Amino acid sequence: MDELRTIPDFGLGWLDASGDHSDVVLSTRARLARNLQGHAFGPRARVNDRKAVLHRIEDLGGKVPALNETTTRELHEVPLRVRRILLERRLVSRDLVGENGDGPQVGTAVVLSHRDPISVMVNEEDHLRLQTLLSGLRLQEAWARLDSLDEELGRELPYAYHHEFGFLTSCPTNVGTGLRASVLVHLPALVLTKEIGKVLQGLSQVGLTFRGLYGEGSEVVGNFFQLSNQTTLGKSEEDLVDHLDKIVRQVITYEMQARQVLLRDAAGVTEDKIWRAYGLLRHARSLSFEELMNLMSGVRLGASLKLLPGLRVYSLNKVMIFTQTAHLEEAAGRELPAAECDTHRAAYVRRILATEGVINPDVDPSEDDPPEHSGG
Amino acid sequence: MMCDECGSGKAVIHLTQIVNDETKTVHLCERCAAARGLDTGGSAETTPLSDFLAQMGEEGGASISEVVRSDSCSFCQLTFSDFRESGRLGCPHCYASFEPHLRGLLRRIHGSTQHVGKVYLPPDPTQSERDKRLAGLRRKLRRAVDNEDFERAAKLRDQIRSMEPAGEGA
Ligand SMILES: [Zn+2]
Ligand SMILES: [Zn+2]
Repeated sequence: MDELRTIPDFGLGWLDASGDHSDVVLSTRARLARNLQGHAFGPRARVNDRKAVLHRIEDLGGKVPALNETTTRELHEVPLRVRRILLERRLVSRDLVGENGDGPQVGTAVVLSHRDPISVMVNEEDHLRLQTLLSGLRLQEAWARLDSLDEELGRELPYAYHHEFGFLTSCPTNVGTGLRASVLVHLPALVLTKEIGKVLQGLSQVGLTFRGLYGEGSEVVGNFFQLSNQTTLGKSEEDLVDHLDKIVRQVITYEMQARQVLLRDAAGVTEDKIWRAYGLLRHARSLSFEELMNLMSGVRLGASLKLLPGLRVYSLNKVMIFTQTAHLEEAAGRELPAAECDTHRAAYVRRILATEGVINPDVDPSEDDPPEHSGG
Repeated sequence: MMCDECGSGKAVIHLTQIVNDETKTVHLCERCAAARGLDTGGSAETTPLSDFLAQMGEEGGASISEVVRSDSCSFCQLTFSDFRESGRLGCPHCYASFEPHLRGLLRRIHGSTQHVGKVYLPPDPTQSERDKRLAGLRRKLRRAVDNEDFERAAKLRDQIRSMEPAGEGA
């Protein structure tokens, strides 16, 4: 795991539960798509194109201060398990590591900063994907970080840019700003109260789109939704970011209202669901990742509502990452068949929950410290 | 929560709209929502690129499709039918090669064809590129000052100063 040793917090700073609304918003991510003049990209990029682009990045030397302390790794030189760990930490995309095909193509690489939560994917669908991943709701900060990295890179590299269409990308859905900003939110109460469909419908009416935990085409698991801007052309980066920020805050308000409704109209059922989820995670001997994510959703809700005292959001975030297959295999030091993986996963969760806070289910926290009710 | 429209039904649809840059949410009961033509059942409909591309063919009619199919990008040799299949362009020149067709597509995807974000300044900028870029940086500076982000404002001021004619020296 040398690739990860030099990165701050091993690339997991985004789990630290800092930033606004971190109990509801897991993370903020933003990326800029950029291509270089004179080279084919996407489906037409050949080995020579990809190598040339990678060399330009490697040859930047000290000219781009934001990338002064970085590690650049060609992915075909990175062992499979480490590639999957990078993927599970959301530092690289499925496409970049070649999970959809025969492994990484020659010339695909990732540049990881040792200092800042920024990275660059090289020769993904576009030549460059500048990205940042932060904990909590921090869209303006995410954009500011990308903007300054982009300024520095743009001074050294001949970007493909069109006077009318803006920054040119392989997929026309990214052209213009090349900016995709997204926020990973946990919306269990909107799902439980069945309001989620309307909220998601509202999103598409205001130019936003949603996906599951792992981006493009992925299923929604554990009530985590990734909300992002749908269009990239015709609006400034700041407007795109501000608009997303405004809508996400609204969605959080709806979620909070739905939580109050649950506590008011279905306190018993809600509490039971949360404690059952906790009990299963605390004692189960085998857990699939999907089951874990669904139970974690209940526990996260319980922690956020202070029904499960002593559980830190940071620990819950960590469980979600370290119970993925490649992480469990790394900890075990060997490959794990699916069934064994499930037992390792359950063991990991039990260990974390056993050491985390002091939860005594026989002392009902609501007796002396009632959860907040809407009051009126 | 009661319906904003009739005041008597239970609000089940929460419609968020952007009007004059303000987010407004209207809460509606099932009946009033239906009266406004809002579907209360189905889930959010997204339009994948392939649908756009399929529409393009139909809309353009046979003549356009035929011409386009035989066209290919002079730089990367991508053909328009390659593009329709994969949804991906192959190089910066593709945008020039397929410009008329892409313009309509971009309008349908983004509602616009005109980039209004960051202006990229090539190593040897023309005057108009420089002016556009300066205008963009000044806009950012105003924003940074409004947000009391003085560190960013200072950086932007430096950038603007280095680009202004006076800063160029002899
Ligand atoms: Zn009504
Ligand atoms: Zn081309």
